[in-house]
Amino acid sequence: MEELLSPEDARLVEGLRNGDEAAFRGVMREYGSAMLRVAQMYVSSRAVAEEVVQEAWLGVLKGIGRFEGRSSLKTWLFRIVANTAKTRGVREARSIPFSALGDDEDAVDPDRFLGPEERFPGHWAQPPEGRVLGAEAMHVIERAIERLPPAQRTVITLRDLHGLSAEEVRNALDLTETNQRVLLHRARAKVRSALEEYMR
Amino acid sequence: MRLDRELACRDIVELVTGYLEHALPPGDRERFEEHLVFCDGCGTYLDQMRATIAATGRLEPAALPAELEARLLEAFRGWRPA
Repeated sequence: MEELLSPEDARLVEGLRNGDEAAFRGVMREYGSAMLRVAQMYVSSRAVAEEVVQEAWLGVLKGIGRFEGRSSLKTWLFRIVANTAKTRGVREARSIPFSALGDDEDAVDPDRFLGPEERFPGHWAQPPEGRVLGAEAMHVIERAIERLPPAQRTVITLRDLHGLSAEEVRNALDLTETNQRVLLHRARAKVRSALEEYMR
Repeated sequence: MRLDRELACRDIVELVTGYLEHALPPGDRERFEEHLVFCDGCGTYLDQMRATIAATGRLEPAALPAELEARLLEAFRGWRPA
């Protein structure tokens, strides 16, 4: 039944079913902030997003007994949040969130390219093998992600920070393959560009 | 997307995520890689994208606001497993 779950997820699911607070804390540490991110993609305010997470959490508790591990725990959690948020979004009579897709911005400011023959002027090289970016650079990344439009922010967070696959993100957020990729691309391009500014 | 035989640097920048996602059609993928052989700038750009992705992966997930987590915990405590 739960062979499809990772051992950690299987432990978390078992713990939740037993009312174990360590499992609760484990789930919140791993997925709590991502649940809030997913909610924020669909509703207007942070306060409403928090209500969505609360409501979704009741749905999680209601459904955990029947959860069969056909998807990973995080995909299942995020789907519940997304569905709760969408219902809520409809009640709020708001438009569906992909206004972020409606624009036709390029990933990189085009005026950085002098012409089709010009070479891309890379300003910073990959850090030497094994060296990690310093705390300040990590902070630059965090701030750049915070500034992204909600849909881009959610996709890059789920993909690159939480390590979901493209398919998991598409399933959780009901995105087409192309939309998922476009959102991810724009998000990553902006984060890269923020790092470039910082390194310059 | 229709592409000419050779890709410009601009195209590379737009296609980089498709490339990293293994989502480019074989012909585009070949042209992408061909371009990289001759263009150090785009090679650097690709490295930067990879470095950015790796660095993002090292961020700590933000903590839930304590008040929200407390409300969720309260719901969890009040819930009786069926």
